[in-house]
Amino acid sequence: MRTLLAAAAVATATLSGAAGAADFQPAIIFDLGGKFDKSFNEAAYNGAERFKNESGIGYLEFEVTNESQRDQALRRMVQRGASIIVAVGFGYATPLDAIAQEAPETKFAIIDSVVDRPNVQSIVFKEHEGSFLVGMAAALASKTGKVGFVGGMDIPLIRNFAYGYEQGVRHVKPDATVIANYTGTTPAAWTDTGRASELALGQFDQGVDVVYAAAGLAGTGALQAAADKGKLSIGVDSNQNHLHPGSVLTSMLKRVDNAVYNAFKTAQDGTWQPGVLSLGLAEDGVGYSVDEHNKEILTPDMIAKLEEARAQIIAGTLKVEPYQQ
Amino acid sequence: MRGKLPVWVNVGLLPLLNLSLAFLVSGLIVVLLGENPLEAVRLLVYGAFGYGEALGYTLYYATNFIFTGLAVAIAFHAGLFNIGGEGQAMLGGLGVGLVGIFLGHWPWPISIPLAILAAMAFGGMWGLIPGWLQAVRGSHTVITTIMLNFVAGALMTYLMVNVLIKPGQASPESVTFAESVWLPQLGPLLGLGRSPFNAATIVALLACVAVWLFVWKTRLGYELRVVGKSEPAAVYGGISPRRQIIIAMTLSGALAGMMALNEILGAQHRLILGFTAGYGFVGIAVALMGRNHPVGIVLAALLFGALYQGGSELAFDMPAINRDMVVVIQGLVILFCGALEHMLRGPLEALFARRTEAVGQAQAQTA
Repeated sequence: MRTLLAAAAVATATLSGAAGAADFQPAIIFDLGGKFDKSFNEAAYNGAERFKNESGIGYLEFEVTNESQRDQALRRMVQRGASIIVAVGFGYATPLDAIAQEAPETKFAIIDSVVDRPNVQSIVFKEHEGSFLVGMAAALASKTGKVGFVGGMDIPLIRNFAYGYEQGVRHVKPDATVIANYTGTTPAAWTDTGRASELALGQFDQGVDVVYAAAGLAGTGALQAAADKGKLSIGVDSNQNHLHPGSVLTSMLKRVDNAVYNAFKTAQDGTWQPGVLSLGLAEDGVGYSVDEHNKEILTPDMIAKLEEARAQIIAGTLKVEPYQQ
Repeated sequence: MRGKLPVWVNVGLLPLLNLSLAFLVSGLIVVLLGENPLEAVRLLVYGAFGYGEALGYTLYYATNFIFTGLAVAIAFHAGLFNIGGEGQAMLGGLGVGLVGIFLGHWPWPISIPLAILAAMAFGGMWGLIPGWLQAVRGSHTVITTIMLNFVAGALMTYLMVNVLIKPGQASPESVTFAESVWLPQLGPLLGLGRSPFNAATIVALLACVAVWLFVWKTRLGYELRVVGKSEPAAVYGGISPRRQIIIAMTLSGALAGMMALNEILGAQHRLILGFTAGYGFVGIAVALMGRNHPVGIVLAALLFGALYQGGSELAFDMPAINRDMVVVIQGLVILFCGALEHMLRGPLEALFARRTEAVGQAQAQTA
C-alpha cells in the first residue's frame, strides 16, 4: 500500500512538473567566457542546474561568442516565450535596456550591472567585501609579507576585487606589499591560463607567496602555478578549493549560483521583484570557502579573525570602500 | 597562373570540393555527438538564409569579413601578410567612436563621412606603422602586425576604462551616439526584419569595386603587384618596393579599420571593447578562400557570415551542439580550403592533364 501511495505521489509530482514546465520557462544567457569557465559563468550554470534538478523544469540556454549575439540571444529567448531571462554579465546592460522596454511582459534579471526598468531585476555583488576577507587570509598566511593579485582585464569590475583585497591585506599587515598584474588587454584575457600562470610565477620570483586570481577561467593557470611551486593561491567566484587541495588557501565566493537560482525560483512561485539587489557579506552574496580541501592551511585561528572582521563589516563598524571611478 | 587547370575548376570546382569535404567531416562529428547531421545542415542553412532576419544577420557578419578579407588581400598582392586586422579594426573603431561621441550631434551628411574618414585614417595609421617598419627597418610584418594587435588592445582598454567610459556605470563602454550618426538599417527597408544589417554593407561593396579598380586598373596597383611577385623585377623596372610596401599596408589597415563602421556605427551605436571578436583573423581565411579577388572575397565572406549566423541558430536549436562545435566546423572549412588545398589540387591537375592530352590526341587523329 505504501509503495502504491508513493508511486501515486511520484506520478502526481511528475504531472505537475510537466504542467509547470509548459507554463513556466526559465532561460539563461552566459557571458563570453562560456558556461564551463570553472568560475563566474559556471557558478551561474550551477544555479540553473540546481533549479532544474529541484523543480524538474528545464531551462533554455545560450553562450554568446561576440557582442552582437547579446542582443540576438535576448530577443530569441523572448520569442521563445521565456518567462524569466537571466543575463549573466555587465555586457548585457545596454541591449537589455532596449529589449526590456520592447517586451514589458517578460521578466529579466541581469548580473553585475544595473538596468533601471520595471521588469528587470539587477543583481550586483559587493566583491570588495568578500575580497577584503580573502585579502586578510592572504596576509595572515603569507610569510614574506608580499602577496599577489592576478586580474583578468583591467576594468572597473576587477579593480573592485583588487581594491577590496588590498584593503584586507593592509588591515592585517599595514606594511605588506601587494603586487597586481592583469592577464591581458583583449577579451582573450579571461581564458588565457598560460599568461596567468606566467604572471603568478613572476610574482613568486619577487617574493610573493600567496596569489589571488580574479580572472575567470584564466585564473586557474595562476592556481596551477602556485600548486607547482608550493605556494598558496586564492580562487574566485566558484569554490575552487578542490582544484589543488592543500594549495588553494580559500576561494572568494561570489554566489552567482544563488542569484540565478533565486531569480528562477521567485519567478516561478510569484514572489519575484524587480529592482536592485546588492549582495554583500550580510546577504551571503559574497564570502570565502571552507571545506575539507583547505582545512589544513586555513587554520581555525585565521578563520576566527576572518569571522570577527565579517561581523564588524556587517555591523558597519569596519568600513570596506568599493572601487570608484 | 598555375596553367594546368581550367579557370572554372580553379575558382569553382576545387573550392566546392574542399567545402564538401569540410562539411562531410563536420557531419561525422555531428553523428559522433548523437545528432542527425542532415537535420543539423538543415538548421544551419535555414538559420542563415531561411527567413528575413536570418539573412540580415548573415549579411551583417559577411560585411565584417568583406572588409577584413579585402585588407588581407591588398597586402597579399604586395607580397605582405597582414595579420594585424584585429588591431587595425580596433583603432578604426576608436576613430569612429571619437566622431560618434563628440561630433555625433552634427548633421549626418557631415558626421557620417567624417566617421568613415576617421575609420580609414586610424586603421590606416595602424597599418602604416608595420608597413614603415617592414620597408625601412626590415622587420617582418607577420611579427609586427600581430604584436600591434596587443598594443591596440592595451590602448583601447586604457581609453575605455579611464577616458571614454560612460559615467556612472562599470561596463567599459562609451555613451550611445546621437541617432543622427547611426548608419541606416537596411533590414526594415528590404523587408528583412530586425537585424543589425546596415548601410555599411553598401560601403563594403563599394570598397570591393575600389580595390578591384585599384589593384588591376591603376598604375599604382600594377606596381604593387609587381613588388608582390618579385622585388628584384620591381627594382629593375624602376619601382620602389619601399614605397609600395608602405602604401599597401596603409591601405590594408584602412580597409580593416572600416570594419568598425559596420560594428560601431551600424550595429552597436556605442564604442565597446572586444567588438572585433576575431573578425580580423577570419579575414585571412576569407582572403585565402576568395583567392584575393574581390568577387571571391564577397563569396567567401558570405560563406563565413552564413556559418556564423547559421552556427549560432544551430547552437540554439540543438543543445548537443554548442558554440565550440560551431568553431570546429569553421575550423574545418579553413583547414580544407586553406591548408589542405593542395590535397585535391594534385589529383585534379593530373586528371585534367590526361583529359587535355586525350582531347589533343583525338584532335590530332581527326586531323
